[in-house]
Amino acid sequence: MKTVFDLTKAEAATIKKLHATGDLKSRLLSLGFHKGAEIVINECTPTKQTIQVTVEKMKLAIRMNEAKEIEVYE
Amino acid sequence: MSKQYIKIALVGQPNVGKSMLINAISNAKLKVGNFTGVTVEKKSVRFDYKDIDIEIIDLPGLYSLSDFGEDEKVAKEFLENEQYDLILNVVDSTNLERNLKLTTQLLELQKRMVIALNMSDEARNEGIDIDEKQMSAVIGTPCIKVSALTKEGVDKMIARAVDTCKFVFEENKMVFSEEVEEEIDNIVTFFAARNFKQMHVKSLEDLTYRQIALELLEGKKRSFHALHEEPIWLELHELIMDSRKHLYLHGDSEDIEEIFAHERLAIAKGLVAETTKSDKKQAHTLTDKIDRFLIHKYVGIPIFLFFMWSLFQLTFEIGSIPMEWIDMGFVALGEAIGEHIPSEWLRSLIVDGIIAGVGAVIMFLPNIMILFLGIALLETTGYMSRVAFMLDGFFHHFGLHGKSFIPLVTGFGCSVPAYMSARILKSERDRLLTLFIIGFMSCGAKLPIYVLFAAAFFEPTQAGNVLFIIYITGAVLGLIAAKVLKMYVFKGGDEPFVMEMPKYRFPSLKLIWHTVSTKAWMYLRKAGTYILAASMIVWFASNYPKNEILQNHYERDIAQATTPELAKALENRFLEEKLENSYLGMVGKFTEPLFTPIGFDWKMTVALETGLAAKEVVVATLGVLYSLGEDVAEDSDGLAEQIRNNISIPSAAAFIIFILIYLPCLAASAVFTKEAGHIKYLGWLLLFTTTVAYVLAYLAYKITGLFFPL
Repeated sequence: MKTVFDLTKAEAATIKKLHATGDLKSRLLSLGFHKGAEIVINECTPTKQTIQVTVEKMKLAIRMNEAKEIEVYE
Repeated sequence: MSKQYIKIALVGQPNVGKSMLINAISNAKLKVGNFTGVTVEKKSVRFDYKDIDIEIIDLPGLYSLSDFGEDEKVAKEFLENEQYDLILNVVDSTNLERNLKLTTQLLELQKRMVIALNMSDEARNEGIDIDEKQMSAVIGTPCIKVSALTKEGVDKMIARAVDTCKFVFEENKMVFSEEVEEEIDNIVTFFAARNFKQMHVKSLEDLTYRQIALELLEGKKRSFHALHEEPIWLELHELIMDSRKHLYLHGDSEDIEEIFAHERLAIAKGLVAETTKSDKKQAHTLTDKIDRFLIHKYVGIPIFLFFMWSLFQLTFEIGSIPMEWIDMGFVALGEAIGEHIPSEWLRSLIVDGIIAGVGAVIMFLPNIMILFLGIALLETTGYMSRVAFMLDGFFHHFGLHGKSFIPLVTGFGCSVPAYMSARILKSERDRLLTLFIIGFMSCGAKLPIYVLFAAAFFEPTQAGNVLFIIYITGAVLGLIAAKVLKMYVFKGGDEPFVMEMPKYRFPSLKLIWHTVSTKAWMYLRKAGTYILAASMIVWFASNYPKNEILQNHYERDIAQATTPELAKALENRFLEEKLENSYLGMVGKFTEPLFTPIGFDWKMTVALETGLAAKEVVVATLGVLYSLGEDVAEDSDGLAEQIRNNISIPSAAAFIIFILIYLPCLAASAVFTKEAGHIKYLGWLLLFTTTVAYVLAYLAYKITGLFFPL
C-alpha cells in the first residue's frame, strides 16, 4: 500500500482511500482530502516530521503520521 | 414606531476575508472587537442602514459544520440553536469548490441566506469568471460579487440582505445524486404513508419530511434522539438501514460522513462547472514562488528568526526616538505644573504621583505600537501558519502542537487574546499545556520594563539585541517548561496536525492601521484610567502615614546644618527614611526578606507586587518610587539613569528573569481561569510560575554575580 508518506518532494499522486477514522477523517474530508483528489508534495521540514502539500488548490500542512493514513494510487 | 432590527450571522471558511468584509461594511467607525488573528469568539457589530438596525455576528471560520475544534462548535451551535434572520455566507471566489461545500451544508439549515462572492477582484485577475445570476438561480439563493478590499458590491450585498429579510422564506433547492434522492424519497413516502406528524415531536417541529429524512440518512443525532421513542421508529429504523446499505454499496465506503462529503463536493463541483469559466491555468502562483523561499527546508527558519530579530531591533531603535521626547516632555510638564501649585501635598501627588507614574507608561507607546504592527503583519499576511508548519516538528519534540505557535506568538502582544486563541487546539491536554506556557511569551506590557532596563545597563546599539535575547530566553524557557509539563503532568498522545496555509495576501493598510491604533488607544486608555489610579495609590502609599516626629527631627537637623552639602545629604536621608516608613515601605520591608536571596531591595519587591495588577504598573511604581526618594538635584534625570544608579547588575538580571516568568496580570489570570475551565488551574499556574521564576531568578543572580561582583 502506497501512502502520502512514501511520496517525495514535487511528486504528485491521486488519493485512493482515507484510512483515518473519527475526528481526523472528518477534518481531512472537510479540508478536501477526497478520494480522487490530486495531491502534490511541496516541501518538508528539516526533521521530516511535517510536510506541506497542495490538495484541490489548497495548501495544507500535515504531519507524517497523518500522511500514512492517506492511501494513494501507485 | 420602533426601528426594524435584523440579525445577520456571518459565516464562512477560515481565511476568506470575513473580518475585512465587516470592516468594509461598517467603515471601521464602530466599536469592533479585536480583529487580528483567529476569530475565536463570536463578535458582533451593530450599525444603521437606511433606518434599519442591523447586527452582524461574526462567527469563527469553519471548514464544515462538524464538531471538530472548540471554535467550530461555537459557530455550529449558534447556527443550529440561536435566533437570527439571515445567514451571510462569505466565500472565496478564487477557491469556489471548497467554499461551496460549506455552502451546501448551510443551505440544509433552511434559513434565509445571501452568498457574498468575496475577493471577486482577485478572481478576475486570475481569469475566473463567475456568472452570479446563474448561480443564484441554480441554488435559489442570492449571490453577490463583492470585494472587501475595494468595497465593490458591499452596498449591494447589504441591500440584498435587507430585501431578503422582507420576503417569505422559500425553501432552497439543492439536489443530491440520484441514489441519495431516491433514498430520501423512500423515507419521505414512508412518513406520508404513516401520516407522521412531526409537529408533535420535540425539536423536529419546524422541519419538513425531506429535512428529517436527510438528517436520518446523514446520521444527525438530533433526529435520532427525537424519533427513537416514537412508535414509528421500529419500521423507520429498518428502512434507514436499508437505505444506508444502498448508499454504502454505491459510494464504495462504509462511512456515511465520507459519502455525504463526496455528495457535497459533487454538488459544489457541478455548481462551479455550471456557473464559472476559468480561462487560464496559472502553473505557479505568486504564493508558490514566495513559499519556495519562506518555508525552504534550510533557510526558512533562519529567515523567520531574522524577521523576529528585526522586529525587536526596530522596536528599540525607532521606538526610542519619540520615547526620549515623551520622557523629556513629561519631566518638563511636571516642572511647569509644579510651579503653579501652591499646596505641597497636591503638587507632590500630581508631579511625583500622577505625572511620574502615567508618564513612565505612556513613554513606551511607540514601542508597543511597533510590536503590535509586527504581530499584525505576521497574522494578516498568511506567514504565521507557515511558521507553525516549520516549527511543528521542533515543537513536537517539546510536546507541543504546531498550532500552539499561534496562541504563543499572540502572547507576545497580550496574553488575554492568546489564552482565548488557544481554543484552536482541539485536545484538552494540548490546550492546557499551551495555556500554561503562554505566560513565558512576554506580553507587550512587559516590554517597557525590558526597554527600561536595557536602556539602563546597555549601550543603545546593544539594547535591541538585549530585547531579542530576553524574548528568546522566555520562549526557550517556555519550551523547556512545556517538555517538563508534558512528561509529568499532561501525558498522552498527540492531536493530529492538519492545517491550511492560506494564500499570501498583501495586508490591507486600513485593517493594519485599525488594529494598531485600537491597541494604541487601549494602551492609552489604560494609562489614563487604571495606571492613573494605580499611580495615585502608589503615591499615597509611599507618602503616608505622615511621620511628624521624624519630620521635626530632620527639619531641626537640616536647619542646624553648617554647610549646604550637609543639609542636602540630610534632606536625602530624610526622604529615604520617610519612604521606608510609608505604607508601601512597610509592605516592601515586610516582604523584602522573601526576595533578599535573589537580590531585590524593597522597592523592587513592591514593584513586582504591584505588577500583579498589571505589568505596566511595574514601571509606574519604579517611576514613583525612584522619583521620590532620590537626590533632588538630579531629579530631571531619566528613569533609566536612576535605575542604573540604584540597582546592581545581578539584581537587575534576577528582576528581569522574575518578571519574565511570574504570574500574568489580573485580567489575563481571569481569562486563563475561564479558558482552562477551573479555578484550580490558576492555583497551579501561580505555584508553577512563581517557583520557576524564583529558582531561575536565584540562579541568574548568583551567576551574574560571578561576573559582576557587588
